[in-house]
Amino acid sequence: MRHTLLVIGSLAVLTALSACSETPQVAGTRIQGTPAYMGAEGSPYTDAGWKAGDATSWEEQMRTRTQSGQNEYVRSGGR
Amino acid sequence: MARMKFICDAERCIECNGCVTACKAEHAVPWGVNRRRVVTLNDGVPGERSISVACMHCSDAPCMAVCPVDCFYRTEEGVVLHDKDTCIGCGYCSYACPFGAPQFPSSGTFGMRGKMDKCTFCAGGPEASGSAAENDKYGRNRLAEGKLPACAEMCATKALLGGDGDVVADIFRTRVTTRNKGSEVWGWGTAYGKPISGGATPKATKS
Repeated sequence: MRHTLLVIGSLAVLTALSACSETPQVAGTRIQGTPAYMGAEGSPYTDAGWKAGDATSWEEQMRTRTQSGQNEYVRSGGR
Repeated sequence: MARMKFICDAERCIECNGCVTACKAEHAVPWGVNRRRVVTLNDGVPGERSISVACMHCSDAPCMAVCPVDCFYRTEEGVVLHDKDTCIGCGYCSYACPFGAPQFPSSGTFGMRGKMDKCTFCAGGPEASGSAAENDKYGRNRLAEGKLPACAEMCATKALLGGDGDVVADIFRTRVTTRNKGSEVWGWGTAYGKPISGGATPKATKS
Protein backbone atom coordinates (compact mmCIF):
# COMPACT_ATOMS: atom_id res chain seq x y z
CA MET A 1 0.00 0.00 0.00
CA ARG A 2 2.76 2.36 0.99
CA HIS A 3 4.74 1.45 -2.14
CA THR A 4 1.72 2.19 -4.36
CA LEU A 5 1.23 5.59 -2.71
CA LEU A 6 4.90 6.38 -3.26
CA VAL A 7 4.66 5.53 -6.97
CA ILE A 8 1.47 7.59 -7.39
CA GLY A 9 3.07 10.50 -5.54
CA SER A 10 6.18 10.36 -7.73
CA LEU A 11 4.07 10.32 -10.90
CA ALA A 12 2.08 13.32 -9.64
CA VAL A 13 5.29 15.28 -8.97
CA LEU A 14 6.67 14.39 -12.43
CA THR A 15 3.41 15.45 -14.08
CA ALA A 16 3.42 18.74 -12.18
CA LEU A 17 7.00 19.46 -13.23
CA SER A 18 6.51 18.51 -16.87
CA ALA A 19 5.60 22.13 -17.75
CA CYS A 20 9.09 23.15 -16.65
CA SER A 21 10.50 21.46 -19.74
CA GLU A 22 8.62 23.76 -22.14
CA THR A 23 10.66 24.71 -25.19
CA PRO A 24 11.86 28.36 -25.34
CA GLN A 25 9.55 30.60 -27.35
CA VAL A 26 12.05 32.63 -29.31
CA ALA A 27 10.66 34.41 -32.34
CA GLY A 28 12.79 33.50 -35.33
CA THR A 29 16.54 33.35 -35.63
CA ARG A 30 18.56 36.43 -36.44
CA ILE A 31 20.66 35.98 -39.53
CA GLN A 32 23.95 37.75 -39.16
CA GLY A 33 24.86 37.55 -42.85
CA THR A 34 28.33 37.09 -44.27
CA PRO A 35 30.77 39.65 -42.87
CA ALA A 36 31.81 42.23 -45.46
CA TYR A 37 35.48 41.47 -44.92
CA MET A 38 34.91 38.03 -46.46
CA GLY A 39 34.60 39.82 -49.80
CA ALA A 40 32.31 39.40 -52.79
CA GLU A 41 33.42 36.20 -54.44
CA GLY A 42 34.24 36.58 -58.10
CA SER A 43 33.29 40.25 -58.27
CA PRO A 44 35.34 42.05 -60.93
CA TYR A 45 34.65 45.35 -59.15
CA THR A 46 36.45 44.54 -55.90
CA ASP A 47 38.91 47.23 -54.91
CA ALA A 48 42.51 46.08 -55.01
CA GLY A 49 43.61 47.77 -51.80
CA TRP A 50 42.79 44.94 -49.39
CA LYS A 51 42.72 41.17 -48.98
CA ALA A 52 39.36 39.33 -48.82
CA GLY A 53 38.98 37.29 -45.63
CA ASP A 54 41.28 39.52 -43.59
CA ALA A 55 39.17 41.65 -41.21
CA THR A 56 42.07 43.96 -40.29
CA SER A 57 42.87 44.58 -43.93
CA TRP A 58 39.21 45.41 -44.66
CA GLU A 59 38.98 47.83 -41.75
CA GLU A 60 42.15 49.56 -42.88
CA GLN A 61 40.75 49.76 -46.41
CA MET A 62 37.56 51.40 -45.07
CA ARG A 63 39.58 53.89 -43.02
CA THR A 64 41.88 54.76 -45.92
CA ARG A 65 39.02 55.09 -48.37
CA THR A 66 37.00 57.32 -46.02
CA GLN A 67 39.94 59.61 -45.31
CA SER A 68 41.19 59.85 -48.89
CA GLY A 69 37.74 60.10 -50.45
CA GLN A 70 35.75 62.17 -47.97
CA ASN A 71 38.17 64.21 -45.89
CA GLU A 72 39.26 67.12 -48.04
CA TYR A 73 41.68 68.31 -45.36
CA VAL A 74 43.63 65.13 -46.10
CA ARG A 75 43.06 65.31 -49.86
CA SER A 76 44.27 68.88 -50.16
CA GLY A 77 47.13 68.31 -47.73
CA GLY A 78 46.30 71.14 -45.37
CA ARG A 79 43.68 73.57 -44.17
CA MET B 1 35.04 46.01 -35.69
CA ALA B 2 33.95 49.13 -37.54
CA ARG B 3 30.49 50.59 -36.85
CA MET B 4 29.12 52.00 -40.08
CA LYS B 5 27.33 55.36 -39.86
CA PHE B 6 26.12 58.22 -42.05
CA ILE B 7 26.20 61.88 -41.15
CA CYS B 8 25.12 64.80 -43.33
CA ASP B 9 26.76 68.19 -43.11
CA ALA B 10 23.85 70.66 -43.44
CA GLU B 11 26.29 73.53 -44.09
CA ARG B 12 27.51 71.79 -47.24
CA CYS B 13 24.48 70.07 -48.73
CA ILE B 14 23.36 71.97 -51.84
CA GLU B 15 20.26 69.85 -52.54
CA CYS B 16 21.69 68.56 -55.80
CA ASN B 17 20.18 65.10 -55.24
CA GLY B 18 23.38 63.48 -56.51
CA CYS B 19 23.22 61.00 -53.60
CA VAL B 20 19.65 60.05 -54.50
CA THR B 21 20.61 59.51 -58.12
CA ALA B 22 23.73 57.54 -57.21
CA CYS B 23 21.69 55.22 -54.99
CA LYS B 24 18.99 54.76 -57.60
CA ALA B 25 21.51 53.93 -60.31
CA GLU B 26 23.76 51.71 -58.19
CA HIS B 27 20.97 49.45 -56.97
CA ALA B 28 18.46 49.79 -59.82
CA VAL B 29 15.88 50.92 -57.26
CA PRO B 30 12.36 50.71 -58.73
CA TRP B 31 10.20 53.70 -59.54
CA GLY B 32 8.43 55.07 -56.44
CA VAL B 33 10.99 53.75 -53.98
CA ASN B 34 13.49 56.21 -52.55
CA ARG B 35 16.08 54.65 -50.31
CA ARG B 36 17.62 58.10 -49.91
CA ARG B 37 16.15 61.56 -50.33
CA VAL B 38 17.10 65.15 -49.67
CA VAL B 39 15.00 67.10 -47.18
CA THR B 40 15.10 70.89 -47.17
CA LEU B 41 14.22 72.88 -44.07
CA ASN B 42 12.70 76.35 -44.59
CA ASP B 43 12.69 75.86 -48.34
CA GLY B 44 12.85 79.14 -50.22
CA VAL B 45 13.67 81.15 -47.13
CA PRO B 46 17.14 82.73 -46.94
CA GLY B 47 19.30 80.45 -44.83
CA GLU B 48 17.50 77.26 -45.83
CA ARG B 49 19.29 74.04 -45.01
CA SER B 50 19.19 70.66 -46.71
CA ILE B 51 20.07 67.23 -45.41
CA SER B 52 20.30 63.89 -47.14
CA VAL B 53 18.34 61.25 -45.24
CA ALA B 54 18.17 57.47 -45.46
CA CYS B 55 18.32 54.60 -42.99
CA MET B 56 20.66 55.70 -40.21
CA HIS B 57 21.43 52.10 -39.20
CA CYS B 58 20.52 52.89 -35.59
CA SER B 59 22.36 51.13 -32.79
CA ASP B 60 19.00 50.53 -31.10
CA ALA B 61 16.82 50.32 -34.18
CA PRO B 62 13.06 50.76 -33.58
CA CYS B 63 12.26 48.91 -36.83
CA MET B 64 13.95 45.82 -35.41
CA ALA B 65 11.98 46.16 -32.20
CA VAL B 66 8.54 46.32 -33.81
CA CYS B 67 8.91 43.82 -36.67
CA PRO B 68 6.41 41.01 -35.96
CA VAL B 69 8.28 38.48 -38.10
CA ASP B 70 11.77 39.45 -36.87
CA CYS B 71 13.14 39.96 -40.37
CA PHE B 72 15.74 42.54 -39.35
CA TYR B 73 19.28 41.76 -38.35
CA ARG B 74 22.49 43.66 -37.70
CA THR B 75 25.75 42.77 -39.40
CA GLU B 76 29.13 42.68 -37.71
CA GLU B 77 29.78 46.11 -39.20
CA GLY B 78 26.71 47.58 -37.47
CA VAL B 79 24.57 47.77 -40.61
CA VAL B 80 20.86 47.13 -40.09
CA LEU B 81 19.57 44.85 -42.86
CA HIS B 82 16.45 42.80 -43.43
CA ASP B 83 15.47 39.55 -45.05
CA LYS B 84 12.94 40.12 -47.83
CA ASP B 85 12.02 36.43 -47.84
CA THR B 86 10.71 36.85 -44.27
CA CYS B 87 9.17 40.33 -44.59
CA ILE B 88 5.35 40.33 -44.82
CA GLY B 89 5.06 44.00 -45.83
CA CYS B 90 2.98 44.95 -42.78
CA GLY B 91 4.47 48.46 -42.57
CA TYR B 92 5.07 48.53 -38.79
CA CYS B 93 8.71 49.47 -39.39
CA SER B 94 7.57 52.43 -41.46
CA TYR B 95 5.59 53.82 -38.51
CA ALA B 96 8.40 53.11 -36.06
CA CYS B 97 11.25 54.66 -38.06
CA PRO B 98 11.88 58.35 -37.17
CA PHE B 99 13.67 58.90 -40.49
CA GLY B 100 11.04 57.45 -42.86
CA ALA B 101 13.57 54.97 -44.20
CA PRO B 102 11.39 51.91 -44.93
CA GLN B 103 9.91 52.08 -48.41
CA PHE B 104 7.17 49.97 -49.95
CA PRO B 105 7.01 49.36 -53.68
CA SER B 106 3.51 49.75 -55.10
CA SER B 107 3.76 46.52 -57.05
CA GLY B 108 5.07 43.18 -55.87
CA THR B 109 4.28 40.19 -53.75
CA PHE B 110 1.61 41.89 -51.69
CA GLY B 111 0.08 44.08 -54.36
CA MET B 112 -0.31 47.66 -53.18
CA ARG B 113 2.19 47.25 -50.39
CA GLY B 114 5.10 45.04 -51.35
CA LYS B 115 8.00 43.80 -49.31
CA MET B 116 9.86 46.56 -47.54
CA ASP B 117 12.91 48.09 -49.19
CA LYS B 118 15.44 50.40 -47.57
CA CYS B 119 19.01 51.61 -47.63
CA THR B 120 21.42 48.73 -47.09
CA PHE B 121 24.51 50.92 -46.56
CA CYS B 122 25.49 49.21 -49.84
CA ALA B 123 25.91 45.97 -47.88
CA GLY B 124 23.41 43.75 -49.73
CA GLY B 125 21.38 41.20 -47.80
CA PRO B 126 21.51 37.72 -46.31
CA GLU B 127 22.32 36.02 -49.62
CA ALA B 128 25.92 35.27 -50.61
CA SER B 129 27.87 38.51 -51.02
CA GLY B 130 28.01 39.64 -54.63
CA SER B 131 25.62 36.92 -55.82
CA ALA B 132 22.96 37.52 -58.46
CA ALA B 133 20.21 36.72 -55.93
CA GLU B 134 21.53 39.38 -53.55
CA ASN B 135 21.84 41.90 -56.35
CA ASP B 136 18.28 41.28 -57.52
CA LYS B 137 16.74 41.77 -54.07
CA TYR B 138 18.97 44.31 -52.38
CA GLY B 139 21.33 45.78 -54.99
CA ARG B 140 25.11 45.97 -55.02
CA ASN B 141 27.23 44.90 -52.06
CA ARG B 142 29.92 47.55 -52.17
CA LEU B 143 31.16 46.94 -48.63
CA ALA B 144 32.18 43.41 -49.63
CA GLU B 145 34.06 44.97 -52.55
CA GLY B 146 36.05 47.16 -50.17
CA LYS B 147 34.09 50.28 -51.09
CA LEU B 148 31.87 52.72 -49.22
CA PRO B 149 28.23 53.60 -50.01
CA ALA B 150 27.79 55.09 -53.47
CA CYS B 151 25.82 58.09 -52.15
CA ALA B 152 28.62 59.24 -49.85
CA GLU B 153 31.38 58.57 -52.37
CA MET B 154 29.46 60.41 -55.10
CA CYS B 155 28.61 63.49 -53.01
CA ALA B 156 30.12 66.46 -54.83
CA THR B 157 30.48 68.72 -51.80
CA LYS B 158 31.26 65.85 -49.42
CA ALA B 159 28.29 66.91 -47.33
CA LEU B 160 27.22 63.30 -46.93
CA LEU B 161 29.77 61.28 -45.03
CA GLY B 162 29.55 57.52 -44.72
CA GLY B 163 31.92 55.00 -43.21
CA ASP B 164 33.24 53.84 -39.87
CA GLY B 165 31.51 55.97 -37.22
CA ASP B 166 34.77 56.92 -35.51
CA VAL B 167 36.37 58.16 -38.74
CA VAL B 168 33.25 59.93 -39.99
CA ALA B 169 32.70 61.65 -36.63
CA ASP B 170 36.34 62.75 -36.63
CA ILE B 171 36.03 64.29 -40.11
CA PHE B 172 32.80 66.07 -39.19
CA ARG B 173 34.24 67.32 -35.89
CA THR B 174 37.29 68.75 -37.66
CA ARG B 175 35.04 70.67 -40.06
CA VAL B 176 32.84 72.06 -37.31
CA THR B 177 35.75 73.17 -35.15
CA THR B 178 37.54 74.70 -38.15
CA ARG B 179 34.60 76.83 -39.27
CA ASN B 180 33.21 77.29 -35.72
CA LYS B 181 29.65 76.31 -36.67
CA GLY B 182 27.58 73.78 -38.51
CA SER B 183 26.31 71.11 -36.15
CA GLU B 184 23.17 73.01 -35.10
CA VAL B 185 20.80 71.76 -37.78
CA TRP B 186 21.94 68.18 -38.13
CA GLY B 187 24.75 67.06 -35.86
CA TRP B 188 25.76 63.75 -34.39
CA GLY B 189 23.38 64.24 -31.46
CA THR B 190 20.43 64.92 -33.75
CA ALA B 191 21.16 61.87 -35.83
CA TYR B 192 22.06 59.33 -33.18
CA GLY B 193 20.98 60.83 -29.87
CA LYS B 194 23.02 62.40 -27.12
CA PRO B 195 24.52 60.32 -24.33
CA ILE B 196 22.73 60.67 -20.99
CA SER B 197 25.29 61.59 -18.34
CA GLY B 198 24.93 59.27 -15.39
CA GLY B 199 21.38 58.40 -16.40
CA ALA B 200 20.06 61.24 -14.24
CA THR B 201 16.65 62.63 -15.13
CA PRO B 202 16.42 66.42 -15.00
CA LYS B 203 13.93 67.71 -12.42
CA ALA B 204 10.80 69.35 -13.69
CA THR B 205 10.57 73.03 -12.91
CA LYS B 206 7.40 75.02 -12.31
CA SER B 207 7.00 78.31 -14.08
